[in-house]
Amino acid sequence: MSKHAPLGGSVITRTTVISALLFVIASVLILYRFVYGLGAVANINNGYPWGIWVVYDVVISTAFACGGYAMALLVYILNKGKYHPLVRPALLASMFGYSLGGFSVIFDLGRYWNFWHIMWPTYSNPNSVMFEVALCVACYCIVLWIEFTPAFAEKWGAAKHKHFLNRVLFVFIALGCLLPTMHQSSLGTLLVVFGQLVHPLWQTKLLPLLFLLSALSMGFSIVIFEATLVTSAFKRPSEAKILGFITRYIVALMSAYLVLRVGDIVVEGKAGLIFNSGGLSFMFLLELALFAVPIVLMAPKANRNNEKLQFIAAVAMLLGGSLYRIDAYLTSYSRPGWHYFPSIGELLVTLGIIALEILAYLVFVRKLPVLHPVSHSGEPRIVERAPAAAAATTDH
Amino acid sequence: MNDNILTAIETKLGLSRRTFMQFCTAMAATMGLPKGADAQIAEAIASAKRPPVIWLHFQECTGCSESILRSDHPTLDKLILEIISLDYHETLFAAAGHQAEAARKAAMEANKGKYLLVVEGAIPMKDGGVYCKIGGQTAYELLNECVKDAAAVIAMGSCASWGGMPSTSPNPTGATGVPEVLKGTPVVTIPGCPPNPYNFISTVVHYLTFGKLPDVDDKGRPKFAYSRLIHENCERRAHFDAGRFAQEFGDDGHRKGYCLYKLGCKGPETYANCPSILFGDVGSGSWPVGTGHPCIGCTEQGIGFQKPIHALAEPKYIVPPVGYPRIVEEQGTGGNLGSVGLVAGVAGLAAGAGAMLARNLGRNPKPDDTDFGKE
Amino acid sequence: MSINRRDFLKGAAVGGAAAASCAVVTAGTAEARENKELPPKAVGLLYDSTLCIGCKACVVACRQANDTHPEFNTEDKLWDTPLDISGYTLNVIKLYSEGTADHKDQEDNGFAFIKKSCMHCVDPSCVSVCPVSAMQKDPENGIVSHYPDACIGCRYCVASCPFGVPRFQYDTPTPRIQKCQMCKHRQAVGQIPACAEVCPTGATLFGPVLGLREETERRHSLTPGVPSLFPRKTVDNLADGHEKPAAHYQPSTYGLTEMGGTQMMLLSGVPFEKMGYPHLDASSNASNSESIQHTLYKGMAAPVAVLGGLIYAAYKHTKHDGQDEE
Repeated sequence: MSKHAPLGGSVITRTTVISALLFVIASVLILYRFVYGLGAVANINNGYPWGIWVVYDVVISTAFACGGYAMALLVYILNKGKYHPLVRPALLASMFGYSLGGFSVIFDLGRYWNFWHIMWPTYSNPNSVMFEVALCVACYCIVLWIEFTPAFAEKWGAAKHKHFLNRVLFVFIALGCLLPTMHQSSLGTLLVVFGQLVHPLWQTKLLPLLFLLSALSMGFSIVIFEATLVTSAFKRPSEAKILGFITRYIVALMSAYLVLRVGDIVVEGKAGLIFNSGGLSFMFLLELALFAVPIVLMAPKANRNNEKLQFIAAVAMLLGGSLYRIDAYLTSYSRPGWHYFPSIGELLVTLGIIALEILAYLVFVRKLPVLHPVSHSGEPRIVERAPAAAAATTDH
Repeated sequence: MNDNILTAIETKLGLSRRTFMQFCTAMAATMGLPKGADAQIAEAIASAKRPPVIWLHFQECTGCSESILRSDHPTLDKLILEIISLDYHETLFAAAGHQAEAARKAAMEANKGKYLLVVEGAIPMKDGGVYCKIGGQTAYELLNECVKDAAAVIAMGSCASWGGMPSTSPNPTGATGVPEVLKGTPVVTIPGCPPNPYNFISTVVHYLTFGKLPDVDDKGRPKFAYSRLIHENCERRAHFDAGRFAQEFGDDGHRKGYCLYKLGCKGPETYANCPSILFGDVGSGSWPVGTGHPCIGCTEQGIGFQKPIHALAEPKYIVPPVGYPRIVEEQGTGGNLGSVGLVAGVAGLAAGAGAMLARNLGRNPKPDDTDFGKE
Repeated sequence: MSINRRDFLKGAAVGGAAAASCAVVTAGTAEARENKELPPKAVGLLYDSTLCIGCKACVVACRQANDTHPEFNTEDKLWDTPLDISGYTLNVIKLYSEGTADHKDQEDNGFAFIKKSCMHCVDPSCVSVCPVSAMQKDPENGIVSHYPDACIGCRYCVASCPFGVPRFQYDTPTPRIQKCQMCKHRQAVGQIPACAEVCPTGATLFGPVLGLREETERRHSLTPGVPSLFPRKTVDNLADGHEKPAAHYQPSTYGLTEMGGTQMMLLSGVPFEKMGYPHLDASSNASNSESIQHTLYKGMAAPVAVLGGLIYAAYKHTKHDGQDEE
């Protein structure tokens, strides 16, 4: 008996149609970029060569996609088997997050036709942090799809396929824990070479550790976020209790993060900058505030099973983690005289990519065995969501 | 314009009204005077008594007088017969010797306090000034004698302004300019080797019209002629700005009229109006740079006849052309209404949806996930 | 059983992270990378702002030598007016002006010129960060070159250069990174970089880096106002020298120690920070970044060890799952 089942129901909903439309718009813009060059669509320039296509689509999006990583660590390494039901949906989101992150890299690269050079030994430069990140992310994408193959096998494969998979999956699960550890931290190390181009409140040798801690926390948070969304949208029973158990890891990780972050600033003598840096001070304090929310909300045991507080904590963590990355890469990066704000085209492409992720997630969830089936006495397993009811719930 | 005045002009100067007005307008333009000044000049010339001028020659080549000889508007005869009263000029005088000296003394006596003293040439100061003597007097003695009752002193040419060519190192005669010799007395200097005659004539006409000498800079040079560097008005400036230089005389760049900076042009450190009014009234290009030779900085003390002709100039100040990059240039595109609006809109939507979802939480079916706890 | 292992693994993970972070943070770790050294036959450029008159002959010569096209930034688009180095301009001269801008090489109410082109660092960030080795430093003469055939256009070099030198062409579907390469194509045939060749005042000089450093020491020892002979084109070319009174120099040579040293060095009368050259540490950014990478990943020892532990744990925790997944 499978523990997972397709959700069923029509894939044509208001959400999927809008998502598809957004992605079509993005596709047209991406095509335009390939024909006319990066500058024709994006506002990136020689003062800010990395814009939101790098910072959101790759850095933040893969951090959002750490759900699979976080759950794999919990379930298979720390052997918290009880979180099983959360693994596959998390894996699914991770799959798409990383795959689309990789796709974004392709259209952000200026000379994308040489992309394969990264994997070719005669070109490789192991000193480059980006080299390691690129290889790691590429491998991890493959690992994620492999980790998801049991779902495919359940739907289409024979039993012996599934059996074989189960015998070797553990290797990929292990890789699926190692690889994100490496590259999520290296996404922080990427910034070290910028030196004073990054504001001292963000520049530190602890960048890899800070990025790793926040990425893990974002992974747990995205699981809570998506589980809550799915629960609400598909009118499924609340998973608050099971989610409540993982909130404690967020508390632990982010407490460590805050101690390290603020401690490092104080020890390095940069404490004076916290309030003297104008707009950046505001950003820094906002980050700390956003990171404090999940700690404050989820530290008391009584709150941990509260759906609403869980959701708020998770959202705050995701926002904080995103803001941290935007600040580290863009806001606190300065080149005198240069300005950057994403163009409408750039924004639409990013939105389209996000839309595709949502679209793909919804299609897969309905058609493949991802979610745990819900069975209450007498109630149907699948709840068809009437379009009119969509207004009362979230946008998806 | 008063008809009487114009008639007077015609009779006095033999100039048609049109020619005369052209002259006055040209004078006004050269001096940068405001509108209406041409009328003032016309009136002054027509009605005033010709100011007497005593012109002394010291250590000079007479090039400055030669320059005046070649003026065209007015011609020299009009100038000396109708506009000024040239009461003493060794080169142009028919007389010589004691008669000339006597004429000078008489003119000085008759016009006490009213004559313009023009000095051409430097004054030797070494060894008691014996290196230049006229009629038994040293230049120094002569100058001091003539300056006593002069209404104003004009130093004509670089030699009189600051020593000029005779003062080239090692300056064996101690050649000195008039301002340095007459310390304390205001002296208008018209440097140049030779200067454009209209710089001098305009100064005199200004005095005639307004009763005072034109505004001068700290070296006594009339600002209307000497307040801008040659580099600022040079017709080859665009080549300098674009980095196109003649490297050698006769090379491709030289033939094309490129900038002569690398050949030693002193335009960037020399104040004069040569590129604006040129020389000889024969059309464009009638000045050294225009003919293809670098400016030697003849008006500037320390540059002309001191700095080697092909040594590079030090720019005195820079007024950069349009488009000269600054240390920090604003580049890149910031947010515009559309992009910021889009971000705000999406953020707002997401925030709203999130808030709605949070509000609705807790309304879902209460029972827990039945698979929870199963290993 | 599982509780003990769980706690053990948890503890190991946390302890490992703490140990790694300490290793990274404290100075003098076993894998810390020092700055790279100046190559034996290093050549470079010396730019003396006090000699420069802003004629931009070097900008024009660089265009001609590298066959780049003009950039128009004025309304009438009449002549080449690059505002900065870019994907099409490898060298510019910029104007510093303050207040009334009356005196050359004076900080207050003065003006001065400064060159901007590749610094050819001794320990370049761009070489360290390029994932496909498209930026390389010649081991003999130290020239930092770019190889577009290898380049993937990721722009990490653009983002990481402390001087903002490499520039990307955003306006074409087949873009390239562009930066000064010290006219190595001219050096290959016995010529010198075009900017040094054409400079009328000797503001830009070419020569061996050690020779250029000696020249900077000589200039710092000159008395301001006293005429001195300055070589043109190459640092040893006094025969075609240019005599002028020495200016009052800033006491330091920019590029001697910054980021481990650069092969293009600067002298100036106006402080360098005001000319767009910020104060930089002696420890290169590349060495800082690589120290962390090497500490964590040297020989892939740590990742393999961790992977071993993870495989063991994953195996242990999944082998009993049998039919069911995960």
